[in-house]
Amino acid sequence: MNAQPGRNALSRRTFLKSGAIGIGGLVLAIDITGCSKRGAKSAAGEITTTNAWLSIGTDNSIHFLCDRSEMGQGVYTGLVTLLAEELEVDPRRIGVEFAPVGAAYTNALLGGQVTGGSTSVRDAWDKLRIAGAQAREMLKAAAASEWKTTASTCRVENGEVVSSFGKRFTYGELAAAAARLPVPADIKLKDARDFRWIGKSSTRLDTPAKVDGSAIYGIDVRLPGMLYASLAMPPMLGGKVRSFDDAAARAMPGVQGVVATSTGIAVVADSWWHALQARNALKVEWDGSASAALNDGSILRGLKQAAAANGIVARKDGDADAALAGAARVVRAEYQLPMLAHATLEPQVCTADVRADGCDIYVPTQTQGAAQAAAARAAGLQPGQVNIHTTFLGGGFGRRLDVDFIPAAVEASKAIGKPVKLLWTREDDTTHDVYRPPAYDTVAGGFDRDGKLVAWKLHLTGPSITARVFPGAVPPGGVDPFSVEAASNYPYDVPNVLVDWVPHEVGLDVGYWRSVSHALNCFVAESFMDELALAAGQDPAAFRRTLLAKQPRYLGVLEVALRHSGYGKNEPGRFRGVAVMEGYGTYMAQVAEISLVDGKAKVHRIVCAVDCGQAVNPTIVVAQVESAILFGLSATLWGEINVQGGRVQQSNFHDYRVVRMNEVPVIETHLVASDESPGGIGEPATALVAPALCNAIYAATRRRLRSLPLTRHNLA
Amino acid sequence: MLTININGSDRSVDVDPATPLLWVLRDTIGLTGTKFGCGMALCGACTVHLDGQPVRACVTPVSAVGTAKVTTIEGLSADRSHPVQKAWIELDVPQCGYCQSGQIMSATALLAANPQPTDTDIDAAMSGNICRCGTYQRIRAAIHRAAELAAKEQS
Repeated sequence: MNAQPGRNALSRRTFLKSGAIGIGGLVLAIDITGCSKRGAKSAAGEITTTNAWLSIGTDNSIHFLCDRSEMGQGVYTGLVTLLAEELEVDPRRIGVEFAPVGAAYTNALLGGQVTGGSTSVRDAWDKLRIAGAQAREMLKAAAASEWKTTASTCRVENGEVVSSFGKRFTYGELAAAAARLPVPADIKLKDARDFRWIGKSSTRLDTPAKVDGSAIYGIDVRLPGMLYASLAMPPMLGGKVRSFDDAAARAMPGVQGVVATSTGIAVVADSWWHALQARNALKVEWDGSASAALNDGSILRGLKQAAAANGIVARKDGDADAALAGAARVVRAEYQLPMLAHATLEPQVCTADVRADGCDIYVPTQTQGAAQAAAARAAGLQPGQVNIHTTFLGGGFGRRLDVDFIPAAVEASKAIGKPVKLLWTREDDTTHDVYRPPAYDTVAGGFDRDGKLVAWKLHLTGPSITARVFPGAVPPGGVDPFSVEAASNYPYDVPNVLVDWVPHEVGLDVGYWRSVSHALNCFVAESFMDELALAAGQDPAAFRRTLLAKQPRYLGVLEVALRHSGYGKNEPGRFRGVAVMEGYGTYMAQVAEISLVDGKAKVHRIVCAVDCGQAVNPTIVVAQVESAILFGLSATLWGEINVQGGRVQQSNFHDYRVVRMNEVPVIETHLVASDESPGGIGEPATALVAPALCNAIYAATRRRLRSLPLTRHNLA
Repeated sequence: MLTININGSDRSVDVDPATPLLWVLRDTIGLTGTKFGCGMALCGACTVHLDGQPVRACVTPVSAVGTAKVTTIEGLSADRSHPVQKAWIELDVPQCGYCQSGQIMSATALLAANPQPTDTDIDAAMSGNICRCGTYQRIRAAIHRAAELAAKEQS
């Protein structure tokens, strides 16, 4: 059947419950004792599951269960590389498929089976290397036992254990015996200089399936007897169905049923096209009273009113208020940021197969546990009765950390009694996103009589994403850590720093959007850093350099970006702006280079210097930087979701623009060599684009842009 | 009943003639390599060839296909051996990969018409294909690389 998203069908047979063993301060979820499933037969022969991620067939085939979602960021390749490095097997020899829901797969940095926050490699860095090393040592011990020798006399190479006399066993021959041995507690991981695959660029393992159309995304799932659904959702935020007439829809070709679900009216048909045509024939009276007064102006007014209060303190060094009061000179500014849609190219989609005793969900999700819980609630089942099959994701960017598109598919399948694939249109997707929060921020800097920056205060106001997505996770009076990024870690050497945050709900659902509040706060902090530099009469790069003297990793990336960008070079008509940031344990500096054409900024080049610690696969790191920069560029140039009368005004790519081939600047990425542990790489580069670009625009025009997108400003 | 030639085979399909080719390919025939992104010919994810010309299958009624030969990503080669596919693999172009079938179909049509495209030619031919992951820089490089590979194959 072609519904299996992975390359083979091993996992569902061989996956087993996992215990947890604490090793080296980590909780390593691993399963060995008493749980090894042997006897599962397939083309691979007898299969042994060595731990939660690894299974080995008697034919020496090796399979990796990838417990993070592949949405372009490269976990399908990067995570298996970590395990393979210690297992001493070429990652390209290992088959990869996506893991089911399991306690073993909890992301320790996020507390759930979640792909997000640029955490995948950071979370897996020790965990999967230890898992690979433990499996390797157990395979060696099993071989040593057969040879009546000690494991220390054996070595491993290319999926085989070799004795000191040159005798060999394949891993496949040893796996069953190895799985019965105790898990070694004392594991020595390889020294970085001995890495064979980590730190080396190799082609992605998912590339072949993505150039011949065979990769299975959520939209591609096909099950026997499956029907297709389109969902009529309220055209206004928070709307409800008052009444509907489906007589015309039911009479349309191919229609199998109409189901009133918790999130809209699902029309189920024998093809998606039929479902969509019939959906358009529904007559629905909506109740839009909840959001009728909601619009851009009311949202901004609400933010400004809320900003009058003192915020919850996220960072306090010294006494910034007192220092500002006593400063010889104070610079103040207000910044404002719009809401944004994620616009994953694959619209939201979910296929549900609900039966009386259980349910299978095939879904591109970043959050398997939440998907399982949402499906179980919708189906009236226990979570343990719901299997989540993760497909490839046609983009994630944080959108698929929400599970709002799952219940309707489940409810439709349950009502109709057949598998149902429910697919949103682009318009559904744009108008029913969980949007990046809007922000209204005030910022101030104070200089003493000697021109030294002695105070910096950033006062943030906006809605909390975490409070919505994880109710109870942000205690009353507590800070949502995903609201103060790139602010609470203010790196400059200033004695009095205050970052505070006013949580203010804006009347619609906000979501995690690539780099989350880094993209909001870095724009403010790094744009204002230029304002302060210019107030001090200094070059913005030189000003930063002085105040980063005690921050070697920031300084390192700043110098590399400046050098490669030609910053400071006098080229008529070309202007450059700089920004620096740490996010997700990764240090970055960007220099944007622009010219002015017809009163608009034309972006020629963006140079990005990156210190992400140990890069697992440098090619993928560079690709993620390029990707994040263009994501940030689209937002900076055009990104804006507007609301009028409770209705989102944008609908498709004609009015929610994203960069195209002819609009792409040259992007140069320079990796700074580092032996620090890996930092996250999927997101941070997004956040530096807007400040670097707006700082370049200031250099060109002497106009400071304190709101986005650029389409709000006429530079002529 | 309509008969259309897809990837070299005649297929008879019992669909409303107004149905977009995209949904006939994906839902009726089961060729899911061609993707849906916008439904308005704005993103290019659904690009296929009609007699070698790139078209957006999401806005092409199946009745408009007539006797034209339809080529989808699945029909480009049996073994990823088309120079564009080889270049895409060599330069590791895809990230999420969702747009790449459309990108590859647009690129193959460009190279068939213009074996040595300039960057300006690439901009013109490819700006209808959105890549939300931003792989454009690599797509550009891969098109140039595919042109080299194709030239070598012919020499």
